[in-house]
Amino acid sequence: MAVIVNPLIVCQDMWKVYRIGDVTLQALRGVSLTIERGEFVAIMGSSGSGKSTLMNILGCLDKPSRGHYWLNGADTGSLRSDQLAEIRNQQIGFVFQSFNLIPRTSALENAQLPLFYRGLPIKQQRALAAAALERVGLRDREEHFPTQLSGGQQQRVAIARALVATPSLLLADEPTGNLDTQSSREIMDILSELNKEGMTVILVTHENDVAAYAAREVVIKDGQIQSDRVTKATIHVAEA
Amino acid sequence: MFTWLTIVTALRVLRRNRLRAGLTLLGIVIGVAAVIAMVSIGEGAKQAVQKQIASMGTNVILIWPSGTTVSGVRGAQGGAVTLTVSDALDLKKKIPFLTDTGWYTRGAMQIVNGNHNWNCSVYGTSPSYLTIRDWSYSSGGAFTQADLDSAARVAILGQTVVENLFDHGEEPVGAAIRINNVPFRVIGVFSPKGQSAQGWDQDDVVFIPYSTAERKVLGTLFLGSVGAIAASAASSEDLEDAVEEIRAVMRVRHRLQGEQPDDFTIRTQVDMGKVQEGTSETLTVMLMVIASVSLLVGGIGIMNILLVSVTERTREIGIRMAVGAKRVHIMTQFLIEAMTLGVVGGFIGVVVGILAARLTTIIAGWPTIISSDAVVIAFIFSVAVGLFFGLYPANKAARLNPIEALRYE
Repeated sequence: MAVIVNPLIVCQDMWKVYRIGDVTLQALRGVSLTIERGEFVAIMGSSGSGKSTLMNILGCLDKPSRGHYWLNGADTGSLRSDQLAEIRNQQIGFVFQSFNLIPRTSALENAQLPLFYRGLPIKQQRALAAAALERVGLRDREEHFPTQLSGGQQQRVAIARALVATPSLLLADEPTGNLDTQSSREIMDILSELNKEGMTVILVTHENDVAAYAAREVVIKDGQIQSDRVTKATIHVAEA
Repeated sequence: MFTWLTIVTALRVLRRNRLRAGLTLLGIVIGVAAVIAMVSIGEGAKQAVQKQIASMGTNVILIWPSGTTVSGVRGAQGGAVTLTVSDALDLKKKIPFLTDTGWYTRGAMQIVNGNHNWNCSVYGTSPSYLTIRDWSYSSGGAFTQADLDSAARVAILGQTVVENLFDHGEEPVGAAIRINNVPFRVIGVFSPKGQSAQGWDQDDVVFIPYSTAERKVLGTLFLGSVGAIAASAASSEDLEDAVEEIRAVMRVRHRLQGEQPDDFTIRTQVDMGKVQEGTSETLTVMLMVIASVSLLVGGIGIMNILLVSVTERTREIGIRMAVGAKRVHIMTQFLIEAMTLGVVGGFIGVVVGILAARLTTIIAGWPTIISSDAVVIAFIFSVAVGLFFGLYPANKAARLNPIEALRYE
C-alpha cells in the first residue's frame, strides 16, 4: 500500500491582483508550485517580478486572489485573519532583510515573541528562546538590545525567533541583503544547517551566490514562474 | 498569562517614553484631581450650610408679619406689627403638630458694663423661644417661665457681646449690666453659634424675658405685640402639615376674608435651607462639569499619544502580527497601555486632589469634605476614559495590514 505523503506546499494556479484606483496590477499570474518537506528552495527574480507577493502568500500574510495554496494540507484561502495568524505562529518562521527585531527589547525577549503569542508559561518561553539563541551562537547576548548587536548578530536573533516555534517552514526574505560578506556567509551556513536537519527553507533573493546554497531554484518573472530547476539532488527529510 | 505579560510590556513601553507618558498622564491627573478637589469644596460648602441651618434649631417654623399694604403701596416684609403673644399661645393650643411655640420682640440697645459699652440686638423672648431655637449655654443657663411672669431683669449674652463687654477672664455670669440704663443681672452665656445662613453674627445678641423687654426696655407698639413667632414641629415630616394648619389658624385669628392675602409669612427651616443648598448644589454641579471637561481633555490626550504610538510602532505591530499575534492581542496591548495611563493618572490624580482639598482648607480656610464616592467615581472614570479613548487607536493598530506594517518606514 502506497503511503501518500502530502507535500508541504502546493500552489495551484495562484493569481494576485491589486486594484489601485483604476489601475489593476497583476502581481501573480497563475503560479503553480509544489514544495516537499525538507527542500531548500531559492525564489529568484528582479524587483517587481512578483516574488515578494509570492513570499507573502507562502508566509500566510496574504491570500491569493484566485487559485489555491495548501500548506500542510490546509487550504489557506478559506481562513480568517486570526486563523492565518495562528498558522504563522505555529508553522512559519520569518527571517527578513531588515531583521525586524522589536527595538529596545532584549534578544531573549525578541526570540520569545512567537511563544508569547502561543500563550506558553513564561519559564518555558525563556528556556526555549535561550535554547534557540544558543543554536545560533548568541547564548551570551541574551540581554542585549538590537542596537547593541551587529547586523549579523541581529539576523541570528531573528533566525532564533523563527526557530523557537519549531515551524515546518522557514521563510527567509533577502536574509543577507543588509549584511557584509562575512555575516552573509554565517547566516547562510546556519540556514543550510537547519535545512540539513530537515527544516524546509524557502529563500527569496536576487543574488546568485546566495541562491547557490539552495538545492532548487525557482525564477519568477512578471508574476509567472519562468524556470524551476533542481540544482542539488539532496532533500533532507526530518528525522521523525 | 497573556494579560500579565501584556501589562508588563505596556508598562515597559510607557517607561521607555517617560516624558511623553508623563505629559499624557498630566491631563488625567489634573482632571481627576480637579473632580476630587471641586467635589470636596462643594461638599464642604454644603455641609457648612446644613450646619447653619441646623443652628436654627430643629424642625423650626418661623412666622413673620407680612409687609403692610396702605392704599395699594406695599411696605417691607416684617414692617407691620400684626403678631401677638396670644397668636403664639393659640397656635400651640390648637395645632397638635406643634410641640411648642415661642416669640420675640427685638430692638437695638446700648449695653453698659462698667466702663465698656456695646450696641447690639436685644431680644425679648419667651423661654420656649430659647428651647425652640436650640440655644445652648457655655456658662449659666436660661431664664424661666417665672422670670417671664415676674418680668425679671435677667439677661443671657451672646459670645460676641461678652467679648466686647467684659475684660478677658472676667466672669460674665452674675455680673450686673445696664441695658438702656435698666440694670440687669447676667444669668447665662450662649455657646457660640457662628454666622447665620444669611451672614449675620448670631452671637451678637442679648436675650431677656419678653415681659421685661415689653415693659422696661424696648416698649411695644401695643400690649402683647411680637416681632416674630417661632414654633417647633414634632418631626420634619410634620412640617408641611403644620405650616398649613398655622396658616389656617392665623387667617381665622386675623379675620382674613377669602381673597385677602396673608398678613404674615411662614417659613420653615427647609425653605431657608433650600436656597442655600440650591446654591451649593449648583456650585458642585458646575465644578463637576468643569472637572469632567478636563478629564475629557485628558482622555483626548491619551488618544492622541496612542495614535502617535501606533504610527510610530507600525513596524513593531507588523512584526508581532508576522510571528502570530492575533488582532485581539494587538488590541489588548494598546488598550492595556491606555488603561495603564488611566489607572496611573487616576491614582496620582486622587492623591493630588486630596492634597489640593486639604490645602484649600489650610490656606483659604474653606471647609472641604473628601467624599469617598467622588474618589471612587473619579478613579473609575479615569480608567474608563483611558479605555474609551484607547479603543480607537487600539482598533486602528489591530486592523493594520501586516504586509504594509512590516514595510512601514
